[in-house]
Amino acid sequence: MKSLSELEEIRKRTLESVNLRKDRSGTRVVVGMGTCGIAAGARPVLLSFIEEIKKRNLQDVTVTQTGCIGVCRYEPMVEIYRPGEEKVTYVKMTPEKVKRVVAEHIVNGRSVTEFTIGAVEK
Amino acid sequence: MEDLSLYILDIVQNSINASASLIEIHVQEDIENNKLILSIIDNGKGMAPQTVGKATDPFYTTRTTRKVGLGLSLLDAAAKASGGGVTVSSELGAGTGVRAEFEYNNIDRPPLGKIDDTITVLVACNPSIDFIYTHTTPKGSFTFDTREVRQKIGDLPIDYPDVINWIGGYIREGLNVICGGGSV
Ligand SMILES: Nc1ncnc2c1ncn2[C@@H]1O[C@H](COP(=O)(O)OP(=O)(O)OP(=O)(O)O)[C@@H](O)[C@H]1O
Ligand code: FES
Ligand SMILES: [Mg+2]
Repeated sequence: MKSLSELEEIRKRTLESVNLRKDRSGTRVVVGMGTCGIAAGARPVLLSFIEEIKKRNLQDVTVTQTGCIGVCRYEPMVEIYRPGEEKVTYVKMTPEKVKRVVAEHIVNGRSVTEFTIGAVEK
Repeated sequence: MEDLSLYILDIVQNSINASASLIEIHVQEDIENNKLILSIIDNGKGMAPQTVGKATDPFYTTRTTRKVGLGLSLLDAAAKASGGGVTVSSELGAGTGVRAEFEYNNIDRPPLGKIDDTITVLVACNPSIDFIYTHTTPKGSFTFDTREVRQKIGDLPIDYPDVINWIGGYIREGLNVICGGGSV
């Protein structure tokens, strides 16, 4: 049975091994959580970002949510902000697409053009 | 929406938009009285008396990106379709409570779904908000409170990946005990 005291272990282990970044100046992933975003599958998309980031141990990436990004038929929508670069908006996201976005965009710095809002609006 | 855990995630968005700093989510499986009750209570900015009554009306919304507000009206429709209903109570400057009641065994009642995923996402994405989640079934009750988590982790952020991972597992295990492994 899990108990809250395990959190003390996690705390000790973490504070000993990593220098926690307070500034969080890295990549920011923002998932739209309006009603139609949630109905279209924003939750599994967000969870797979969290999972991929943990799996790859990416220390400098934060995942957050926002109310609504604004185009219901393109939900689930995700915006990615990288320092010094223009925001990239991905549409109709799925957990499968998340894997590619993390590998190609967040890790290697090249956005996955075919998933972006620009590609579907053409 | 497919299941109640997604409705909860959506109703909590209203509390987040209302700048709540503490959000309570209560799930009661009162099988003896054939009821499933969800309550979401926040300490956000609340609503004026004349708007509370309109909150479940799809044509009432304070959002600016579209003219209808879907969240509460969808929940209300789902509750009514399963022999229940939604009550909203609110006080300006004090907070809001949303209570949705469903007939437990109604064939149209959506399943509960992955409530552990809903809580995990909420905590991970809103590290400055405190969440209390309680779940009661005939087999017992389970409580998760981010304020207790914060006491244990000290200066480690609550959205740190290992902490979030632990929270998901903790909730799954707790629910397993009171739901007997079966899904509701
Ligand atoms: N917890 C709350 N605190 C304060 N105001 C609320 C709360 N919940 C709902 N409201 C008010 O009621 C309105 C209707 O809510 P509802 O969830 O139905 O739609 P919405 O949030 O406006 O849009 P959508 O849910 O479709 O994204 C909101 O716009 C808001 O003004
Ligand atoms: S909720 Fe519809 S576009 Fe965001
Ligand atoms: Mg809403």
